[in-house]
Amino acid sequence: MAEALPLKNEKMHVATEADLITGNQTFHTITENISSITEGKTPKLWFLLWGMAVSLLLVLFGSVGFLVWNGTGVWGLNNPVGWGWAIVNFVWWVGIGHAGTLISAILFLLRQRWRTSINRFAEAMTLFAVICALLFPGIHIGRMWVIYYFFPVPNQMGVWPNFRSPLLWDFFAVGTYFTVSLLFWYTGLIPDLATLRDRAKTRLRKLTFGALALGWRGGNRQWQHYEIAYLVLAGLSTPLVLSVHSVVSSDFATSIVPGWHTTIFPPYFVAGAIYSGFAMVLTLGLIARKVYHLEHIITLNHLDKMAKIMLVTGSMVGYSYAMEFFIAWYSGNQYEAFAFINRAFGPYAWAYWIMIFCNVIVPQFFWFKKIRRSVGLLFFASILVNIGMWFERFVITVTSLSRDYLPSAWDYYSPTIWDIATFVGSFGLFFTLFLLFLRFLPMIAMAEVKGVLPQADPHYTAGGTHE
Amino acid sequence: MAQLFPKWTNKLPLFIVSGGVLAVVIVTGFFWYYGSPEYTDVGYRPIQPVPYSHKLHAGDLGLDCRYCHVAVERSAVASVPPTQTCLNCHRLIKPDSEKLKPIFKSWETGIPVQWIKVHKIPDYAYFNHSAHIRAGVGCESCHEHVAKMEVVQQMKPLSMSWCLECHRNPASQLRPLDQVTTLGWEPPENQAEIGRQMILERNINPPTDCAGCHR
Repeated sequence: MAEALPLKNEKMHVATEADLITGNQTFHTITENISSITEGKTPKLWFLLWGMAVSLLLVLFGSVGFLVWNGTGVWGLNNPVGWGWAIVNFVWWVGIGHAGTLISAILFLLRQRWRTSINRFAEAMTLFAVICALLFPGIHIGRMWVIYYFFPVPNQMGVWPNFRSPLLWDFFAVGTYFTVSLLFWYTGLIPDLATLRDRAKTRLRKLTFGALALGWRGGNRQWQHYEIAYLVLAGLSTPLVLSVHSVVSSDFATSIVPGWHTTIFPPYFVAGAIYSGFAMVLTLGLIARKVYHLEHIITLNHLDKMAKIMLVTGSMVGYSYAMEFFIAWYSGNQYEAFAFINRAFGPYAWAYWIMIFCNVIVPQFFWFKKIRRSVGLLFFASILVNIGMWFERFVITVTSLSRDYLPSAWDYYSPTIWDIATFVGSFGLFFTLFLLFLRFLPMIAMAEVKGVLPQADPHYTAGGTHE
Repeated sequence: MAQLFPKWTNKLPLFIVSGGVLAVVIVTGFFWYYGSPEYTDVGYRPIQPVPYSHKLHAGDLGLDCRYCHVAVERSAVASVPPTQTCLNCHRLIKPDSEKLKPIFKSWETGIPVQWIKVHKIPDYAYFNHSAHIRAGVGCESCHEHVAKMEVVQQMKPLSMSWCLECHRNPASQLRPLDQVTTLGWEPPENQAEIGRQMILERNINPPTDCAGCHR
């Protein structure tokens, strides 16, 4: 039949995609491989890791509880630096959240079929990272019991969120992003949840996955609707990848603090977000691939492609750093010029040079194919980039605030133990959720990976003739 | 494979979604209505240590508000009168009344009568009586017709949005300066126009920024 084919079965790429998944996989082996991870006995290693993650989560609960009890005075904030680790961590986590949607939406629209091997856990990572991110603006207000000020609900004060404030746009941008990412992730999960339901042995599993699969049967009509829904959601998410971090950057760029008040911020932040997101996908993916023996699905080719994206975005970030200096000089504005000289050579020079090393120099090694295909080096580099991107936000936030206009108002900022505990604790939240995801849901999009196997091509003839 | 779920479960998503929406609306509506000072504070009428009647004194006898609340034109607080003020008359009028016992006791011991404040504003909100009196806002605008009340009670919500309503559009609450303490004052037909004029004449510019009241 000359019916329009689903996107994933586009013919044009078939010739080059033969080696996307290695090891002569069939539909059945893919199902077996991925589903069995969620079905077997829980490995001891998982319990060990999860126990560690939950311990860190308790650290988070403790430090947030202490914060609520005592107020934001427990943090290291001081008079010029009213924004400290809370916003640094917020921007860092949101940035990490960008890779998932980029992989699932933009790469989907661009017909990058290699995305299928990594999109599921990258999207999960996105969701959990955004949850961690939303935590920080949630707790930084100090008085948790008036958190409803955030929401546009009728109240006796006649106070509404200030629609002229980028902090509010931020709230809506990240909220929208989370909602759309969740829907997208869930839509993608439905066929796989149905697979798990059909394989389920116990009644509890049958009912749980049966309810979650929303009655999926895998019929022709269902697939057709599914593909359309997926495409629409991809279209919706694509602008979000660019808009969310642009809005986050407006938190800074709409103020008049030297070093923040620049138009380069939105693209610079978006590039940095994708960069850090891919670093985190690599960090997590390399571990999961090793632990769950998924080398045939997340192949060296996939790692190579991710490293290339990091090379591109990392270079964009490096270019932005250079351009900020250029503009600071070219503008002739002495405050702007001072802000950048202060960044590189002031009291926070140590943070600045960590950032330059991790974000600008490290990705340049990805020009070499050997390094792009070396699991150990990639893992090391991805950790460095994660660190570097955290320092980027630290440098932007703290250097500008600690020395703005009046030298008499300058002060040095350093975090307290509670800043550190909250940040470390947010990893507990992230890894608790992520490990639960790895244990109970298929971490690879089975249906989509099957779609890129050679057998899925209508012209596949190895198994016999095709009418 | 046998059916996992009975047929009625098809309706479950609909129930969950509509239930969720309904829950949000109900919770918001509940707090909006039952949590507002209009519900919680209006009608507050504490029993005072002395059954003082505003109706008798300010209404039937026609005392001016400022006879007792002397500081209202000059200070942030309207001031509760000292026992001396009561004695100005009650030394001669009904000095043996059973109801006035606490007044005389206070007079003898020097310990003030512990009147209970009715119209309370949170301590993080700054309010100044004199500024409002000077601008020509009548006592009634906030306290209503106390000359009709046997026992004074809170009639207005005194909520932030209620304050802001007038701060954004004060014209309707302004009076000629000699009518500020008049109770039962009827605004003239052309109040809107007169109000605008008074705003210009008195240079009235009520603050609506946060720091206006939250100093």
